[in-house]
Amino acid sequence: MQDSVHRAIEAVWRIESARLIAGLARMVRDVGLAEDLAQDALLAALEKWPESGVPDNPGAWLMATAKRRAIDNLRRTVLLDRKHVEVTHDLESQQEAEAAALDAAIDDDVGDDMLRLIFTSCHPVLSPEARVALTLRLLGGLTTDEIARAFLVPEPTIAQRIVRAKRTLREARVPFEMPRPADRPARLSSVLEVIYLIFNEGYSATAGEDWVRPGLCEDALRLGRILAALMPDESEVHGLVALMAIQASRLAARVRPTGEPILLLDQDRGRWDHVLINNGLAALERAERLADTLGPYALQAAIAACHARAHTADETDWQRIAALYDALASLAPSPVVELNRAVAVGMAFGPAAGLELVDALLSEPSLAHYHLLPSVRGDLLVKLGRTAEARVEFQRAASLTRNARERALLLHRAAT
Amino acid sequence: MRYMVLVKANPESEAGVLPSREILTAMHKFNEELVKAGVMLAGEGLHPSSRGARVTFPAVHKVTVVDGPFAESKELIAGYWLWQVKSKEEVIEWLKRSPFGPGAELEIRQVFETADFGDNATPELREAEARLRSKM
Amino acid sequence: MKYMALFRPTREPVGEPSPEEMAALGELIAEFTKDGVLVAIDGLASSATGALIRQTNGKMTVTDGPFAETKELVAGYAILNAKSKEHMIELSKRIGKALGGDGLIEVRQLHAG
Repeated sequence: MQDSVHRAIEAVWRIESARLIAGLARMVRDVGLAEDLAQDALLAALEKWPESGVPDNPGAWLMATAKRRAIDNLRRTVLLDRKHVEVTHDLESQQEAEAAALDAAIDDDVGDDMLRLIFTSCHPVLSPEARVALTLRLLGGLTTDEIARAFLVPEPTIAQRIVRAKRTLREARVPFEMPRPADRPARLSSVLEVIYLIFNEGYSATAGEDWVRPGLCEDALRLGRILAALMPDESEVHGLVALMAIQASRLAARVRPTGEPILLLDQDRGRWDHVLINNGLAALERAERLADTLGPYALQAAIAACHARAHTADETDWQRIAALYDALASLAPSPVVELNRAVAVGMAFGPAAGLELVDALLSEPSLAHYHLLPSVRGDLLVKLGRTAEARVEFQRAASLTRNARERALLLHRAAT
Repeated sequence: MRYMVLVKANPESEAGVLPSREILTAMHKFNEELVKAGVMLAGEGLHPSSRGARVTFPAVHKVTVVDGPFAESKELIAGYWLWQVKSKEEVIEWLKRSPFGPGAELEIRQVFETADFGDNATPELREAEARLRSKM
Repeated sequence: MKYMALFRPTREPVGEPSPEEMAALGELIAEFTKDGVLVAIDGLASSATGALIRQTNGKMTVTDGPFAETKELVAGYAILNAKSKEHMIELSKRIGKALGGDGLIEVRQLHAG
């Protein structure tokens, strides 16, 4: 087939597929079936459009084709069940009437259907991996192959994961509905967690590997923005978008051409992406306007924003960052947050204050093998002039990290 | 990848004439669709070239500045967008959904991202560069 | 006030900016960032990966690049917070000098955004 038509169809799919699946899911009340019907419509497009050209309203063409398949399916299923043969005709006309009524309603409810689809694909009955794969598939419009490459697992693994996820939803009779108000905070939390998981998969992968991986950050950002447009009054959604945008702004500055990681404070800020920073700050502003107290994502975004606003490392408002970590530590405490707080406090109020907080973490079991703990301690000891002790810490940190380049960096610090 | 969409000027935009209410409403709706799809990064209209200027470097150490307006509106720009997309075709599909009237002309150009340089340059970019080089 | 500078070299540059150009530009970017002047600055890939879209009589036609015949295509842009048009012109001149080469820079005021 012509390359250009194929690429046009891919583009149409990227624009239309989520809405198509969402609309079908409401009709057939089964996300798995909806996706199958959508895929059938895509196949039909791949067959017809190279000849006929891409239609003027490709979304409508796909929906009409999928709906016809749905009715055919129903007819076939019903015909196979002898007990219901006589009901066929009635069901068919009922189905067509329903389809027509739904057609009329579809434009108004597109937003709600998309939300239902997002909440369903992130349902807590599914494992986090399943939620990620299903979300990227149904809402991101990624092919199984693209998802597999992004997560560095074989394609059949992802294919199975998605099949099992659909089956789990069906067997658990998960309704295609918005969560009840009482459940909403937890369910929204699950959605945000999935999106941030996708983002981190792309962000933490060091450059020098497959260039597809930064694409995951883009996918996550896109999903976040879509959600923000669907739920404009939710502070934490804007908070997550802000956090991802500002973190992504640093992607080009984080790694040397040779692959070594560059610490934030050492990064060339001229390589930070200003478009993303501006977007992130705007999203953070919305998050702040919508809540009296910021949630964990907005707080992390506010911390990232402090760095983004500082034109040079020296201009960083460490006191503000320390205060934000105080808030984050009381809202979503964790040893890692506490360690980051210690760093900020050290920068804002002097290394002795920071060391006090770090020392309180030395007995923390979850940090026992975390190389950043001795690394941070080493930093603070250097600033206090306790170089011999610092050397021991850097050596310890080097022995704990699995990243060869990071180890080299830490050993270098131990030697100097 | 990012694409810049440049909306070419026309005599009306240069004269500062606002588009009709219908087109403005349709434009607003189109922008909303782009935001809802997570595609929109930035976008703004430009004031007519009468408020602008042109800076040229005719010779070494020489700079000339000419104030607008500039008569030849063919290459002038009236507005720009910055979109986050997976392909050039996606930009074109979106533009098919745009409410631009007859006579409208747009130029779309891929934006260099720092991650595009060196070994990270996408195969498409490299291929296209090679084609261009062969024409020169 | 936000202004946009559109960089239109006489001849379309092929490939990435040279390391020297990047270095000179990098210094300017750092300075503009420090002064809070920089909003955005980007280079555009050659017209090879671009296209022209025209709307005539309700029909949309797409012409893929490259546009070898068109002169003074936009090769990059910068959006800066300038105090005035004159300030913007000064800032644009500095970018133009860093980029070198023949061509022109179009300076335009942005609608309030």
